[in-house]
Amino acid sequence: MSIKLKALLKSPWVFHLSTGSCNNCDIEILDCLTPRFDIERFGMLLVGSIKHADVLLITGSGNRKSMERAKRLYEQMPKPCLVVAVGECALSRGMFIHSYNCPVPIDKVIPVDVYIPGCPPKPEAIIAGIVKLIEKVKKGTAKK
Amino acid sequence: MIYIFYFLFFGFLLTAIIGLLASWIDRKVTAKVQYRVGPPLLQPLIDIVKLLGKETLIPAGSSKITFLMAPVIGLASVILVSTLLWINNIYPAKSFLGDLIVVLYLLVIPSISIIIGGFASRNPLASLGASREMKLILSYELPFILAILVTVIKSGFTFRLGEILTFQAQNGAFVRSWSGTLALIVAIICMQAKLALVPFDIPEAETEIVGGPLIEYSGSGLAIYRLMKNMLMFTVPFFLIIVFIGGLRLDGIHLLYGVLKYIGLVALMTVIRNTNPRVRIDQAVKFFWGPMTIIAIIAIILALLGR
Ligand code: SF4
Repeated sequence: MSIKLKALLKSPWVFHLSTGSCNNCDIEILDCLTPRFDIERFGMLLVGSIKHADVLLITGSGNRKSMERAKRLYEQMPKPCLVVAVGECALSRGMFIHSYNCPVPIDKVIPVDVYIPGCPPKPEAIIAGIVKLIEKVKKGTAKK
Repeated sequence: MIYIFYFLFFGFLLTAIIGLLASWIDRKVTAKVQYRVGPPLLQPLIDIVKLLGKETLIPAGSSKITFLMAPVIGLASVILVSTLLWINNIYPAKSFLGDLIVVLYLLVIPSISIIIGGFASRNPLASLGASREMKLILSYELPFILAILVTVIKSGFTFRLGEILTFQAQNGAFVRSWSGTLALIVAIICMQAKLALVPFDIPEAETEIVGGPLIEYSGSGLAIYRLMKNMLMFTVPFFLIIVFIGGLRLDGIHLLYGVLKYIGLVALMTVIRNTNPRVRIDQAVKFFWGPMTIIAIIAIILALLGR
């Protein structure tokens, strides 16, 4: 594994994007930053600008308006980068599967590296998902 | 030849290492204050290595050369100023007339490079951050220069850093006198604004303008800016130590005192940063031009009276 990827795994900066979620998943993500879970000890930070990010964290069912923006954000993210989908909505549209406004699941639009199920997933589940992502990159099977 | 050695070894390498370490201390103490564990020791270095390995994006319609040059200008001036400070600190006799003024000028250039980068990146939030940074410079420079003037007066109107140091070595550090203490307090608060830490992180306000002037920077540009900021975390406190607290001596037990002085200043910065909310830009301007300038002027008057 190159030093580039090694450093990336040690300090993944996360940009958090909601494509029409019910806000519950987002609160669980913010929980990961609290003293109880403290993901900064793995070098993870929440950044405000997509240009600084290494990981795009997507929640929500991906409605027609926001998916265009999500695609643009993915294109603006400096490569190498990773995409994580959090919550049932982001995985398969969850309860909005028959909605007129959510035509396709998110991974039809942008390549997703890791799926974290749950409605909403617990912070433990989110951290476990990130650990799986790191394993995947180490094995070299991530989409990047 | 020897100057190139100083430039590379002391100015760049040593300053960068201490700066990275200081930024780790800052993050770790912040985590401890919030009952968290905090990042591992090498985290600041890993961040920079990672950023160097990433793609550098240039926003469409920005002025490319200015956008890419701005971080380099800032980093170069930080390296220069720390070289100057180290040479003065090790050989006080080697200083030239007016190097205090040169240092003061060079310390402004990192902020100016951030302004240039912000305006060059053609992003409304970046421009907003850059204009706030500009107002912040205008507000804190006045009390900062007045506070430094106190040391000039007390060392018998000399503008050489070396002479200020030797004067302190003979007569005791300036911070022991009333005027010196007042001036140091003013300078520490100005330093907080110079390093853009809370309560004066108005230009970067994560929650309002998401990172401010640096919003469009990615990859190596951002890495250089981060390195510059980390090095400033050493350079500015080092400057204050030289002019107020008698410099860092590198022999024997004095080395320990020097390290303690520096860690004390960094810890003070971190504690101020963790116990205060962010102020608005108009409050910052009022604060610096009002109470801070008045305290600095009182310190000057006391210094002229020989206190
Ligand atoms: S997965 Fe559940 S909690 Fe998360 S956004 Fe969808 S409905 Fe809300």
